[in-house]
Amino acid sequence: MPTVKDQKPKRKKRPEINPLLDKKVLTGSEVMIRSLIEEDVDFIFGYPGGVVIPVFDKIYNVSRPKLVLCRHEQGAQHMADGYARASGRPGVCLVTSGPAATNLVTGIATSYMDSIPVVHFTGQVATTAIGNDAFQEVDIIGITRPITKHSYLVRNVEDLAATIKEAFYIATTGRPGPVLIDMPKDVLLSECEFEYPEEADMPGYKPTRHGHVQQIKKAAEAMAGARRPVFYVGGGAVLSDCSQELTKIARKAKIPVTTTLLGLGAFPENDPLSLGMLGMHGTWYSNMAVNEADLVIAVGSRYDDRVTGKVDAFAAKAGHIHIDVDPASISKNIKVDYPIVGDCRSVLQKMLPMVKKSDTAEWLKLIGHWKESHPLKYDDDGTVIKPQYVIEKIHEVCGDDTVVVSDVGQHQMWTALHYNFVKPRTHITSGGLGTMGFGFPAAIGAALSGPKGKVVAIVGDGGFQMTCQEVATAVSQRLEVIVCILNNGFLGMVRQWQELFFGKRYSHTCLEYTNPDFVKLVEAYGAKGLRVTKREDVVPTLREAAGTRNMPVFIDFRTYRHENVFPMIPPGKMATDIIE
Amino acid sequence: MRHTISLLVENKFGVLARISNLFSGKGYNLDSICVGETETPELSRMTIMTSGDDMVIEQIIKQLNRLINVIKVTDLTFDEHVNRELALIKLSCTASMRNSIIQIVEIFQAKIVDISPRTLTIEVTGGHKKVEACINMLQPFGIREIARTGTTALKREYSGSSPDWSAARASA
Repeated sequence: MPTVKDQKPKRKKRPEINPLLDKKVLTGSEVMIRSLIEEDVDFIFGYPGGVVIPVFDKIYNVSRPKLVLCRHEQGAQHMADGYARASGRPGVCLVTSGPAATNLVTGIATSYMDSIPVVHFTGQVATTAIGNDAFQEVDIIGITRPITKHSYLVRNVEDLAATIKEAFYIATTGRPGPVLIDMPKDVLLSECEFEYPEEADMPGYKPTRHGHVQQIKKAAEAMAGARRPVFYVGGGAVLSDCSQELTKIARKAKIPVTTTLLGLGAFPENDPLSLGMLGMHGTWYSNMAVNEADLVIAVGSRYDDRVTGKVDAFAAKAGHIHIDVDPASISKNIKVDYPIVGDCRSVLQKMLPMVKKSDTAEWLKLIGHWKESHPLKYDDDGTVIKPQYVIEKIHEVCGDDTVVVSDVGQHQMWTALHYNFVKPRTHITSGGLGTMGFGFPAAIGAALSGPKGKVVAIVGDGGFQMTCQEVATAVSQRLEVIVCILNNGFLGMVRQWQELFFGKRYSHTCLEYTNPDFVKLVEAYGAKGLRVTKREDVVPTLREAAGTRNMPVFIDFRTYRHENVFPMIPPGKMATDIIE
Repeated sequence: MRHTISLLVENKFGVLARISNLFSGKGYNLDSICVGETETPELSRMTIMTSGDDMVIEQIIKQLNRLINVIKVTDLTFDEHVNRELALIKLSCTASMRNSIIQIVEIFQAKIVDISPRTLTIEVTGGHKKVEACINMLQPFGIREIARTGTTALKREYSGSSPDWSAARASA
């Protein structure tokens, strides 16, 4: 059971309250803003509209939280999501009713699939009009029920503050996830006495935080006894910030580590124990290691189909330890031998002193041999711009602290494979839902969260066009985001599948002749646009972008058009079917 | 295998929708669902009849537990429990048929709750199989309409082993 101590430590200093809001009786709109101040929210990503005008009227007076005006509600959601992924703090979104609320849906589903804490506020028509097909009315609670962790329709202004408290608590604890609060217009206008509850107490929500000590002990013993153990680390490890503990345990026990797409960065990829990414487009040696392992230690991962391929054949020789905060993730696809329900960090902290060095010398030797015989590679004759080359150079120019946000498609896999992530929360991508158009707005959110390093978005020419109106947002916020468009004039990943599995029938995947001039496009918004057509210009252009201040830079890299992502395990196949 | 799952949920707006959504969204079987207030007005008890292999049932229970408004999930299948279902059966019935119908009604300890010159409505309660059996026996007389509740259930306290009467006496 979570105690008050388990809830996020409150900031010592009382947040500064705007005098206009520092009174006893507040309207619903004021309650909302006051509650966000109490939750220490610094940014709201939003868009105004009919029923939320009262809230925007109050935001007009407030300097913190600051409203970031997007150009499409989906963009606002992705920004809030990217903010949350980069910082670990919940993202906040505010939009009006009807079409604005439905515009959030793709984003909410994205956050839900990757367990990202985002709190959404939507306007709703007045309680008296609900159900009457009023103007801009939509049952957003019903629409988002399967893609939110929880949702609320607030019917009385007295309930609003407590609901917001609960929403933030639910979004950020246990397995994090999106929460939606629907606020009818009359609730925003009516008044009540404001009191913000100290803690949220819900009889049906008591997430398990601390793992069972006996189970952890048994798992540690199994690890010591294993000869071919491997860590399989997922996004949950990043969300629980357990990289330090994980790294210590892996090094102490000499156990190699492979991560999923969302787990990248949880373990430094420059460590000799790192096997890189696992799964459909994972490295040869990581897939082979899991295939040959006698013990798989899953940390915050969920045995997703893009990782397992054919489930029956996945790690068939191995026992399974599974650490996850969500009991429903355990034994969902594969029966687990040592289930441990708890926050990854808390569990690994307890496990650390119990861990002994495993006898893995033979195993590591074999893996070392695999790494030499089947390295991660790509052909590069030095004449064209290979996308992998651009990605390697981005890392070289921008450094380890850079937050890299990728979109969805081939470039996403190349980024995952060739970037070499060494720090947690430096890799952001839509893994579960695979939302094209996510990357660029998420990078805006990540940049606003104040990361240590630069923020670089790596996007394709297809995905970028799904949310490119947010260039206006990036310009208005004077964000120094670098957006690298790996432009091959194709919807590359689909084209690759067409080439491999559909007899090279490239149905509707060529964008070359209809793509806009990206440089002119972003210049029209007031941003800086650069184009790279020659390999030798890659590094100097990246340097120029990195040196640009107070505005976003977009680089149109004309990359080699026919490059494919390898290695690849065809869908539904097993590790040994891998194509290099 | 058929499972009887008992839920204690918050008596709030939209809770039933969340639960039925979960079953339809994840493709679980939902044979019946029966809801009502409990001794505490803020809480409802739901009894769900579902079926699936062990891994599916385990997932169903875990997924139900994930819902914020669900307070407690119990799989009663392997516990001693009482379960009841109610059916209202409207039969075509002329005066000449009445006696034979009444005989069947008595065997099932059912009740006649409505009568008209051409119909008879019977109320029967019991376990799922008993209600099925009663309906099957009445079938030949010509069933006009049936309304059935789902199954509702509670765990039995006394399961046949020797009870601790001393504790009961002491508490009395």
